[in-house]
Amino acid sequence: MATQHSRSAARAMMAPAVFLLLVWMLVPLILTLWFSTLDYRPLRGTFDCCEGLGNYVRFVSSSAFWDSILTTLQLLGGVLLITVVGGIGLAILLDQPIWGQGIVRILVIAPFFVMPTVSALVWKNMFMNPVNGLFAHAFKAVGLEPVDWLSQFPLFSIILIVSWQWLPFATLILLTAIQSLDSEQFEAAEMDGAGPFARFGYITLPHLARSITVVVLIQTIFLLSIFAEIFVTTGGAFGTRTLTYLVYQRVIESQNVGLGSAGGIIAVILANIVAAILMRVVGKNLDA
Amino acid sequence: MGRITLDKVRKAFGDVEVIPPLDLRIEDGEFVVFVGPSGCGKSTLLRLIAGLEDVTSGEIRIDGTDATHLSPAKRGLAMVFQSYALYPHMTVRKNIAFPLKMAGMDQAEIDRRVDGAAKVLNLSSYIDRRPGQLSGGQRQRVAIGRAIVREPSAFLFDEPLSNLDAALRVGMRLEISELHKRLATTMIYVTHDQVEAMTMADKIVVLRAGHIEQVGSPLELYRTPRNTFVAGFIGSPKMNLIEGAEAEKHGAHTIGVRPEHFQISTEGGTWTGTIGVSEHLGSDTFFHVTVPGFAEPLTIRAGGEVDLHYGDTIHLTPDASQIHRFDAKGLRLP
Ligand SMILES: Nc1ncnc2c1ncn2[C@@H]1O[C@H](COP(=O)(O)OP(=O)(O)OP(=O)(O)O)[C@@H](O)[C@H]1O
Ligand SMILES: [Mg+2]
Repeated sequence: MATQHSRSAARAMMAPAVFLLLVWMLVPLILTLWFSTLDYRPLRGTFDCCEGLGNYVRFVSSSAFWDSILTTLQLLGGVLLITVVGGIGLAILLDQPIWGQGIVRILVIAPFFVMPTVSALVWKNMFMNPVNGLFAHAFKAVGLEPVDWLSQFPLFSIILIVSWQWLPFATLILLTAIQSLDSEQFEAAEMDGAGPFARFGYITLPHLARSITVVVLIQTIFLLSIFAEIFVTTGGAFGTRTLTYLVYQRVIESQNVGLGSAGGIIAVILANIVAAILMRVVGKNLDA
Repeated sequence: MGRITLDKVRKAFGDVEVIPPLDLRIEDGEFVVFVGPSGCGKSTLLRLIAGLEDVTSGEIRIDGTDATHLSPAKRGLAMVFQSYALYPHMTVRKNIAFPLKMAGMDQAEIDRRVDGAAKVLNLSSYIDRRPGQLSGGQRQRVAIGRAIVREPSAFLFDEPLSNLDAALRVGMRLEISELHKRLATTMIYVTHDQVEAMTMADKIVVLRAGHIEQVGSPLELYRTPRNTFVAGFIGSPKMNLIEGAEAEKHGAHTIGVRPEHFQISTEGGTWTGTIGVSEHLGSDTFFHVTVPGFAEPLTIRAGGEVDLHYGDTIHLTPDASQIHRFDAKGLRLP
């Protein structure tokens, strides 16, 4: 009952959790903001105050920054494209009555449970290795020159790895949506003379619009912070340095905490801008 | 044209035979109603005709040509579903235009037909809305609109009114009947509503477990039901079926008398009973009368103003010309 008493009791009991969350979020944020105004390079022992916006200007004006933005967007776009298109295809396949459906579904979901570092290493060593990789063997078997995936197509390789991880998520969400499609609508369209492709375009796809939106939004949030997959494969080389990775390099490899913090704040702001744009563009599918 | 012939059509789902071999002729322009208890295969039969289910064996002919293996779109039939099955993301106009667009008709002709249908069905005022913004009755109209623009050779309806409230049902029932008169197109209509079947049909097909029990005009079925199942199914409230000594007096195993075919009196009659529950509908009153020696209480129709109450004694005389006689197998005796 929502009496005065029970409400204040609820507030008192929630207070520790709220407090903890606030501290967890605010302390790092404030520290980062503070560091971003310092010339803070621990290895050199500099810890000088009052850089102002100097770190920000330096971070943005380096050519690496714009490259990293482009790389981030390419990665994001590539993975979204593959997972959404592939997810729709898989969802439609999995919706068909087939023998062993339960097992197939679990197999399809499985990659989602593999941690990013492990899956990236598996891809790197078992599939994409130019000497021992499965792809290399497959290429040799049909008489082709094996490809050194991670140095010849580094960004595409990473897109492939990340897509493999996120495909199950997209498939799962889209599959539940497809299963909620009213079969009478489909039959009505069939009687109205719509062939399989028209039925897909006019019935299935509009029905999926909302779920596709959810997939795009959620994946974008997580894909902007992709790190492990780059770290264990290319280490940011060959044009695979995303914004997240650039921040990491500034802080850890160049040991410039001030510059890295400024980059971190910029990344937070950009992520929010992307989220706002996405909500505008695709979020309107969520109401109505 | 819309002459549909089913020849030994049989349907089984796996091992379960839902429709045993069945023959049926539907003439051009007829309004045919399929009735039967739930699960008897009405929808299945309709879907077989529509082509949404494959027949297990047998042949379906539409206007003389074999349509057994034709795709639903090629049969030239239009269907109105119980759930309406409108396309939720399209406006009413687009919904109605969809079959025409799929047929590759040119836009001017599409607009002409959609406007025509909108006028006939009175849905012009909400033609730019989406199905989600319409009431059940309005959705029903849109679904019918989508069916009529195609100018099909026959319409198939699967319990189209069962989601509507009673008042709207009566209205839509009349509208569909009127539409049939105007278009003079074959209509096949599935329902388990007595009144819909009796009022709308040219021909009623009574089904039980996939079997056709009887085919005939509403009055034929009412006057001469071929067996006790049809006798009990057609007419509302149900015909009273009486077995035992009383039936033997008439030389039958079972006799049937409809609630409306009794003379009631407080002085004397053939049977004497006690009034149980009575249902006052204003125009009519239905009494449930317990007669000693009868297995079940009789349902009796009386006028609206009869002054009889719970526990009163009542004398009943069945109308001699309206007694239906059935043999031990339930078949009608001449
Ligand atoms: N796809 C299917 N697979 C197996 N059995 C089915 C299938 N569709 C229908 N049936 C069975 O066929 C029988 C007839 O079903 P149908 O839907 O035609 O009944 P109905 O007369 O339309 O009933 P209602 O009045 O309740 O709509 C039922 O016993 C049902 O369980
Ligand atoms: Mg049904």
